[in-house]
Amino acid sequence: MTTPIQEKQAVIIKFAGDSGDGMQLTGGLFTDDTAISGSDLATFPDFPAEIRAPVGTIAGVSGFQLHFGSQRIYTPGDRFDVLVAMNAAALKVNIKLVRKGGTVIINEDGFDSKNLRLAKYDESQNPLDDNTLEGFEVIKIPVTKMTREAISESTLGTKEKDRCKNMYVLGFLLWRYNRSMDTTMKFLTSKFKNKPEILDANHKALMAGYHLGDTMEEFNDRYTVKPAQLAPGKYRSIMGNDAIVLGLITATKKLGLPLFYGSYPITPASSILHSLSKYKNYGVRTFQAEDEIAAVASAIGASYGGSLGITGTSGPGLALKGEAIGLAVMLELPLVVIDVQRGGPSTGLPTKTEQSDLMQALYGRNGECPLPVVSCSKPSDCFEAAMEACRIAVQHMTPVILLSDGYIANGAEPWRYPKASDIPEMKVSFAKQQDDGSHFMPYQRDEKLARAWAIPGTPGLVHRVGGIEKEDVTGNISYDPANHEHMVKTRERKVEMIADYIPEQKIESGHESGSLLLLGWGSTFGVCESVTNSLTQLGYSVGHAHLRYLRPFPRNLEELMRRFDKVVIPEINNGQLVKVIRDKYLLPAVPFNKIQGTPIAHEELFDFALNLVDKG
Amino acid sequence: MAIDSNPNGVPYTLKAKDFATDQDVRWCPGCGDYSILKQVQTVMADLGKQPHETVFVSGIGCSSRFPYYMETYGLHSIHGRAPAFASGLKIANPNLSVWVITGDGDALSIGGNHFMHLLRRNFDLNLLLFNNQIYGLTKGQYSPTSEEHKKTPSTPYGSIDHPVNPIALALGSDATFVARSMDRDPKHLKDMLVRADAHRGTSFLEIYQNCNIFNDGAFEVFTEKDSKPDTTLLLESGQPLVFGKEREKGIYLDGFTPRVVDLAAGGLTKDDLWVHDDTDQLKANILARFFDSPTEGANALPRPFGVFYQTDRPCYEEQVHQQLNATISSLGEGDLDKLLAGGSTWEIK
Repeated sequence: MTTPIQEKQAVIIKFAGDSGDGMQLTGGLFTDDTAISGSDLATFPDFPAEIRAPVGTIAGVSGFQLHFGSQRIYTPGDRFDVLVAMNAAALKVNIKLVRKGGTVIINEDGFDSKNLRLAKYDESQNPLDDNTLEGFEVIKIPVTKMTREAISESTLGTKEKDRCKNMYVLGFLLWRYNRSMDTTMKFLTSKFKNKPEILDANHKALMAGYHLGDTMEEFNDRYTVKPAQLAPGKYRSIMGNDAIVLGLITATKKLGLPLFYGSYPITPASSILHSLSKYKNYGVRTFQAEDEIAAVASAIGASYGGSLGITGTSGPGLALKGEAIGLAVMLELPLVVIDVQRGGPSTGLPTKTEQSDLMQALYGRNGECPLPVVSCSKPSDCFEAAMEACRIAVQHMTPVILLSDGYIANGAEPWRYPKASDIPEMKVSFAKQQDDGSHFMPYQRDEKLARAWAIPGTPGLVHRVGGIEKEDVTGNISYDPANHEHMVKTRERKVEMIADYIPEQKIESGHESGSLLLLGWGSTFGVCESVTNSLTQLGYSVGHAHLRYLRPFPRNLEELMRRFDKVVIPEINNGQLVKVIRDKYLLPAVPFNKIQGTPIAHEELFDFALNLVDKG
Repeated sequence: MAIDSNPNGVPYTLKAKDFATDQDVRWCPGCGDYSILKQVQTVMADLGKQPHETVFVSGIGCSSRFPYYMETYGLHSIHGRAPAFASGLKIANPNLSVWVITGDGDALSIGGNHFMHLLRRNFDLNLLLFNNQIYGLTKGQYSPTSEEHKKTPSTPYGSIDHPVNPIALALGSDATFVARSMDRDPKHLKDMLVRADAHRGTSFLEIYQNCNIFNDGAFEVFTEKDSKPDTTLLLESGQPLVFGKEREKGIYLDGFTPRVVDLAAGGLTKDDLWVHDDTDQLKANILARFFDSPTEGANALPRPFGVFYQTDRPCYEEQVHQQLNATISSLGEGDLDKLLAGGSTWEIK
């Protein structure tokens, strides 16, 4: 029989199961298929810090949230339309976020007495039988049993067979959203090309799940989401860390410099190292150093030698790199330091997102140690932000910190990727031997106050640099009091002058002036956009500006902010940008903060902003 | 300032003084560092090094001021991390002649981690460790190579730290060239510097260096004419281990136990002695253990100087570039458009 197909504007699905259930993969594959179907989308993977927390427990629940639709999608969404719960713990953690009337797809086999006990349900309680699921559409499928049956002929062991149950679920969802299995099959075929037995089992499980929809009459509903009205062009799906990788490679190619990436594995930055190490044929040199300090030091050494030295880390690693970054400020050499922020302090929440390293990026070094700070606002934006960080580092001879966060790093969205030829070349110049044979002055500066990049191997330019204060122009060691103050001021002015070489701040959406400005940076971009849209639609004069450049700020920032009665700064921290803005402009910006390791939800910020504009 | 070459690119023949900078050398008068600086400058000239192709990289400490006095490229970095800066530099430009200058505190205390990893990776560079068994720049605290019970400003009742054995640590890190010399023997030092430079891979040279302000005479027993013959053992590959004023003593290897034998006593002869083989890693490990006092105890062993061990192993930076080239050969030069498009794409018209 054919099931009628209903059209939906947008859907929020949460895949939730045990860390070993393969929910990240299921979510990722469904996302890939969704992207190709033309929807706009945003994702939010949320997983425990433990690789395999005890099976079946609340601590072990791993989730993948996907919001897709035929309209612009800015955030992964607040409340789920559909929850896939592979076990009792996954249901317990997530049921409170399913919207009333939403759908809950349950793996019945994950609700036996053991699973219920591990999920800490009361002895007498089974959420499948009591009123827990009242008000929801409930689809119960014995996924484990059905998967085992679908691949009963396979010679794989039970454990391996059970690993295919995520494909069974994926198959069912592909059917439900009126998709084909092609993209997923392509992926499986390439992943398991040397393991035909596993490929066959996964394929069969996928098909069985898909056909379940066709054959079981109780599942009446199938849905389709029309392609979103995105600008014409070629698209791909992109995750934040991958976009950083593409941005770094593109920038170094456009600069004509070898890319050196020194890094030490740390969540959630490691995948930058993984990806870059694959691209050796693009001239990328990767170096897994012995620690965070060696990672940044090797990158500075590479920059000293004429490569573009880059290092990537997260908050704890940035803390360790502080002294070496200070040296790079003194050496005035290009360096890009990527900080994919996570919950802190200390080890904090390694797999959760936070924007709490802004102060560390701006000020977290000994001495007067200014450097430019650039931030990424969403997965696809990482591409341009990374290119900008490289450009500034090289053209202004300075270390640059690029801030991303766990939410952007692991989130995915469609990206209208550029043609290589449309990206302008970037200029870089190395010092050459002086014709008149005069002594090379390593700290002579150009109009940007940048010194020359003089690399070892170049005849006639031998000179010494180091971390001790140096005399202006000559670079000789100097303990002269007046010279030190002059050098401190010069290094600061050099960084502040970068404002002349970056674009002015613009309003992303909403009004150019009015009652309220949402001023964001980093991964709050989506929620600022959606809240601005909602409030403008209600007739409020609200605007959204999003800062890419956190030091120096764009020249027109103060003027832009003063066009609004109120400025709200939403941040996933305890209020950091808001302090900088208040300090610099003496402007009573209002903080809005959430420090729970998760993105700010639309309704949270909406309610807060509405309350402010209503008060007038 | 030395000019590298005439306008036609032909290098001038450089002398030791051409490797000296116009900066005042600011080590304390009488410091052992002066002797090392002089020998390094001499060796640079002797080896025909070009200043612009030579880089001195250092950490922090008295010894780490060294680059400011060499008319070459120089990077005075941060405490303990010079090996990491040098690693990145060698990957960026494998053709440079790189010399890492470090001290016992810099290399073995704050930089202990990097020291080990540099040696095992085997970058093609030279690591000169100026060991004076004391912290000089911070005014006299004990260092990781200081002897036990040493009284210093931070150990008024005597140090309870057991000292590190740099040669054993280097061998334990699978270094491919391990040698020891001293500031007071310029000829030997020069010879060791030349051999360190000739070795492809990380050449580790420990140099006993006298700090005449905070630890004067720490190595006196090895450097002074009267005691030197009986306390030092000059290693020469292929030669038996002989020492003493009249070269009347030798080392006999009794199983795994080295014993001092008196050749004049009429028992064992030169032919029975341990013949040094600088490619034998196992025996190098035993030699590294000649680390106790050379004057105390019944079987007091002399301190070896020279090349303990050397072997050939591919250099790290060489392999980085081999892998890079191999990938380009098999996959072709990376195409930016392909990179940007990635795996699956779709078009919106």
